[in-house]
Amino acid sequence: MEFVTTLIIILAVVAVVLLHVAYATYFERKVIGHMQVRMGPMRVGPHGLLQPIADFVKLFFKEDVVPAGVDRPVFYAAPIISLVASLSSLAAVPFARGLVIADINIGLLYIFAMSSVASYGVVLAGWASNSKYAFLGGLRSSAQVISYEIAMGLSLVGVMMSAGSLNLTDIVEAQKADFFGCYAIPQILGFFVFVVAMLAETNRTPFDLPECESELVAGYFTEYSGFRFALFMLAEYVGMVIMSTIAALCFLGGWHGPFDVPYIPNFWLLIKIYFMIFFYFWIRATLPRYRYDQLMRLGWKVLIPLALANIVVTGIVKTFIS
Amino acid sequence: MDTTRMKPVLEEEGELFTLQMGPQHPATHGVLKLDLELDGETVVRCRPVVGFLHRGVEKLAENMTYAQSMPLTDRLDYISAMANNVGHTVAVETLLGIEPPIRAKYIRTMVCEMSRISSHLLWLATHALDIGAMTVFLYCFREREWILDLFEELCGARLTTSYTRIGGVRQDVTGHFLESLLRFTDEFPEKVHEYETLIDTNRIWLDRTQGIGVLTAEEAVQLGLTGPSLRGSGVDYDIRKHRPYDAYPYLDFQVPLGTHGDVYDRYRCRMEEFHQSNHLIRQCIEKLPSGPILSEDAPDLVMDPRPKCVTADASLSAGLIKIIEERKHFMEGDVYVSTEVPKGELGFYFVSDGRGIPMRMHIRSPSYIHIGSLPALCEGGMISDVIANIGSLDVVLGECDR
Repeated sequence: MEFVTTLIIILAVVAVVLLHVAYATYFERKVIGHMQVRMGPMRVGPHGLLQPIADFVKLFFKEDVVPAGVDRPVFYAAPIISLVASLSSLAAVPFARGLVIADINIGLLYIFAMSSVASYGVVLAGWASNSKYAFLGGLRSSAQVISYEIAMGLSLVGVMMSAGSLNLTDIVEAQKADFFGCYAIPQILGFFVFVVAMLAETNRTPFDLPECESELVAGYFTEYSGFRFALFMLAEYVGMVIMSTIAALCFLGGWHGPFDVPYIPNFWLLIKIYFMIFFYFWIRATLPRYRYDQLMRLGWKVLIPLALANIVVTGIVKTFIS
Repeated sequence: MDTTRMKPVLEEEGELFTLQMGPQHPATHGVLKLDLELDGETVVRCRPVVGFLHRGVEKLAENMTYAQSMPLTDRLDYISAMANNVGHTVAVETLLGIEPPIRAKYIRTMVCEMSRISSHLLWLATHALDIGAMTVFLYCFREREWILDLFEELCGARLTTSYTRIGGVRQDVTGHFLESLLRFTDEFPEKVHEYETLIDTNRIWLDRTQGIGVLTAEEAVQLGLTGPSLRGSGVDYDIRKHRPYDAYPYLDFQVPLGTHGDVYDRYRCRMEEFHQSNHLIRQCIEKLPSGPILSEDAPDLVMDPRPKCVTADASLSAGLIKIIEERKHFMEGDVYVSTEVPKGELGFYFVSDGRGIPMRMHIRSPSYIHIGSLPALCEGGMISDVIANIGSLDVVLGECDR
């Protein structure tokens, strides 16, 4: 019986998240459209509200083109690895107090592990496509993910030290007890490093080198079309949602807000997640793209030292205050 | 992949990776193809391949009268057709010894500068998009649309204008057009400032452009660069200033120069030219003299050397008859006249044997020569710099391949 309940919860979470992801694409196109003095999608439904559904139908019924000379098993597996790894992270994410599939002690670590696995999909797609652009995209992605994963992990160490736990629910509750009510202020350095690394981890502007269209056509998914392409897009957006959720949970106080909203337990969390997603889009509409070596320099010479400094400062403060 | 395997392994650099960028590639501005040999992300060798858009414009012109070949110039650099029209017309007028009336000269200068703004807007849009700044692209297109609407009001066409005529221009400007243009020039500097707020001091933009694709003044001259690409290296060469044509001698403007000769300086030069062109347009509107827009000597549109019926317009037919009767008007010999188009020096070389059609028309197109400098710019840099360099040269393949 417990097994069936878990299964139903899993299905519900995946369905709700995928719905949010579908409308995140709509949200992105609208936000960027209005920032760029245009309308965004307007044709399908009122104000283009049905656009995500139309996109889904279009991608689903497209011909499945597999180019000659690809490494077929890997080519087929790559988008699935990306998406499955991204969706698996959802298991440890609490969406409200008690609303979590697996309330494990090492939730944060598990999510990191899964987001690293997701980048395997990218690397393998680049390798299997037998295309030079995809190959370069895959190479860039592997280098980028390795560098920024370290910075991201280190940036969250401060949070773990402050909260004394790796469990996301505990981290949120610890913030409630904190003087500021959220870790974004005492852990400002960590929050900054996390936000930058978050952009790089999900291959978004200004770190979208693995898929930068002006150099590598479309990067690692150049050769993908139809539904396989859609899987990569889904994985990218699920990754964005998860990173935004972690930012909201670990730095912005999770589901706690200035006042309680009746009937919607995770109102504040949703607001915070959507703020972070909006931030992604805002950055995309504003900034140019880094060059590969500049990206690596930023990762190793700026972000990692900053994250280490944050750990030292947090340690000192924690020792002296307690 | 086969070509990669066939390559011998170099001792120090390891195996090179051949990447054929283009002719269908989002950042090559049309159909430029680059054969890149890469060592990792570093470009070891870059060889541009051109000719995918060859339409034989020069050969076509040999079977047409001078006036008939003018619409072909719309299709050279299709984003600054007005400037090409003026370049062709100035060259033919020099050959035939026709002096356009002063009002026509001012109008031509005005549309030339409008097309310079429109061309630079498209350059900035695509250059910024190549480097990843997506919003600048749409902001620029907003203003470019405005200029194209003005062109449409002036001559009925937005891109392929064919506006000039040998000995003048085709239509006179209206009061409404001048008012709209004046409003544009009032608002445009603010818009330029808007683009600059997005990229001018942006850390990422500076990292991507400063110190990239450096050409010293000497190298730039040796490579035959002209226009803003040359002036970015600090060489003061502008045909509008040094061999003025049309109304440029009567107008006041500066030639912006760079110092370092990198992508950023070329970018700054063009950004300054926005303001200079805007200033020139304003002067043209203010000083615009009254009078005819077509010279008495202007030939009919069909400059057939055979006697033909006269048109209804008496002033036109006078010119027509004159040309037909004085066959010597089609002098024999050759002439090279160049004008400053947005991309650089556009030169027309005509060889005339007195038949009324050119025996040979050669076009010195700046884009073709600029593409020749790509190996010097790109080799040793990274793939991302190749894109930045192509953008900073502002090439249009329609003009390069002709």
